[in-house]
Amino acid sequence: MKVTRRALAGLLATPALAQAAPAVVVIGGGFGGASCARALRRNGLAVTLVEPNATYTACPFSNAVIAGLRPLQRQRFGYDALRAQGIAVVHQAATGVDAAARRVTLTDGSVLAYDRLVLAPGITLRFDALPGYDEAAASVLPHAWQAGAQTELLRSQLDAMEDGGTVVMAIPANPYRCPPGPYERASLIAHFLKTRKPRSKLLVLDAKDVFSKQRLFEAAWASLYPGLLEYVPLSAGGRVTGVDLAARAVVTEFGNHAGAVVNVIPPQRAGEIARIAGAADRSGWCPIDPGSFESRLLPGVHVIGDAAIAGAMPKSAFAANAQARVCADAITALLRGAPVPEPRLLNTCYSLVAPGYGISVAGVYRPAEGVLADIPGAGGTSPLDAPASVREVEAGYAEDWFETITADAFG
Amino acid sequence: MAPRLALLLLLAVPAHAEEAPPGASGCFGCHSPTRADAAIPSLRGRDPAEVATLLRAFREGTRPSTVMDRLARGFTEAESRTIAAWVVR
Ligand SMILES: Cc1cc2nc3c(=O)[nH]c(=O)nc-3n(C[C@H](O)[C@H](O)[C@H](O)COP(=O)(O)OP(=O)(O)OC[C@H]3O[C@@H](n4cnc5c(N)ncnc54)[C@H](O)[C@@H]3O)c2cc1C
Ligand code: HEC
Repeated sequence: MKVTRRALAGLLATPALAQAAPAVVVIGGGFGGASCARALRRNGLAVTLVEPNATYTACPFSNAVIAGLRPLQRQRFGYDALRAQGIAVVHQAATGVDAAARRVTLTDGSVLAYDRLVLAPGITLRFDALPGYDEAAASVLPHAWQAGAQTELLRSQLDAMEDGGTVVMAIPANPYRCPPGPYERASLIAHFLKTRKPRSKLLVLDAKDVFSKQRLFEAAWASLYPGLLEYVPLSAGGRVTGVDLAARAVVTEFGNHAGAVVNVIPPQRAGEIARIAGAADRSGWCPIDPGSFESRLLPGVHVIGDAAIAGAMPKSAFAANAQARVCADAITALLRGAPVPEPRLLNTCYSLVAPGYGISVAGVYRPAEGVLADIPGAGGTSPLDAPASVREVEAGYAEDWFETITADAFG
Repeated sequence: MAPRLALLLLLAVPAHAEEAPPGASGCFGCHSPTRADAAIPSLRGRDPAEVATLLRAFREGTRPSTVMDRLARGFTEAESRTIAAWVVR
């Protein structure tokens, strides 16, 4: 190779690693992608993060925003710390992946070559799943399942509602983003109504009979929100099958339920780019190797976060962040030609059932029979009989966790 | 890929002492190594033997906790010691 003197000076001026290291492209700058980009860069690799938005709006604690307990501003994070760390942040969407040629195409037509690709695109809401509930309907009956304008919309609708109104919530079947999230939301909306609009009611319609931290939620509802929050499980006709937009109603097999405020959480699948790339299977989610998070369908492509089929691990920000570190170490080992060690992963999901009242579910996971499985004897929920002081301590730890995880992901 | 190119690529990946033993990187989900005012304490700079002893106490339920008991039960004594040695760095 012929190198001019100026080019040589350029090479020497940049950190040698950034020039020589193989390239990893990360698609998606949420909890999974931002955390992974940072961990890969700490491992000395050259990293490009592709994320269309200059500001990320975090979902954890967005239920508190909806209940008027927290400003949306505290959910917002930028990418300056990633840039300062030497990560190339490109504010575009990925529009195509050629896994054979190891290339990603962006909105503006430019192309990024990679040695390893990480897909962390989160979820796509399935606007084809509930007849009547499409993107236009969501601007009237919000989902608020991707934080931002939708969070504001649901909050302002609750604010504007007259005392005595009915709020209706529709919850999907598994799998979906944040298994305990809908029940935390129901709790905090109930708290909002109890303290601000006490003659109102909340009707919670669920497409399943069993859910995360169920006994803890139900015990809290019985003591905090009796007569205010009505929960209708699948077996009692809770499955929402469609939406009647003109009537502001959700449709079930047993009749329609209209509300002054209607929150529809639709079924979901992996972020659209995962389907375009060919990393999603017929379930709509991405099968992975549980040791390295490498796609079972596309060699050289790793999938983390909500988009991945992670076995017993739930689709949570905690899990996305934990998977990001394990995936970064696996990619680093693979690029070095070293074996990928068998990982262990942790998850903890905190939920608030009222201000100062926190509960949690935890798990420890290992690869077993091709999936991530619970390590028996570990994990579980907060005790059912804990005193109020313990609930208060856990509510504090929940906030502390949010500060730590967002500092890790966004600096 | 041509073998020579593959070799170049391998050599270009810096060897680093950062890789976490199984489970250890998950601790940073709650124990920030950088936040100063955190309620959940940083583990950086702690005595590894003390951390291993605390993990055993959580695992055996002899130390009161809200969540550490549930997490510590996922690891054996040997695994806990390896993790303890790494998270304090
Ligand atoms: C109401 C609510 C409450 C929650 N509470 C908690 C909680 O308390 N604790 C918890 O652990 N989890 C919680 N979660 C879940 C958590 O928000 C998700 O699990 C987490 O965001 C998943 O991270 P991710 O990186 O997979 O996806 P995301 O965070 O959604 O990030 C995906 C990113 O990819 C980008 N992207 C998508 N497509 C492309 C493309 N083609 N090109 C480039 N970029 C693209 C998006 O813009 C986005 O920034 C909650 C969720 C909700 C809805
Ligand atoms: C979900 C959040 C969370 C995760 C993940 C977590 N911890 Fe903890 N840790 C806590 C909390 C909260 C406490 C305080 C005790 C309690 O309430 O459980 C604590 C306390 C501790 C303590 C005692 C500190 C002291 O001085 O009293 C040690 C040691 C510790 N953790 C180690 C670890 C290790 C090692 C890991 C990883 C295997 C880990 N923790 C993962 C939340 C977490």
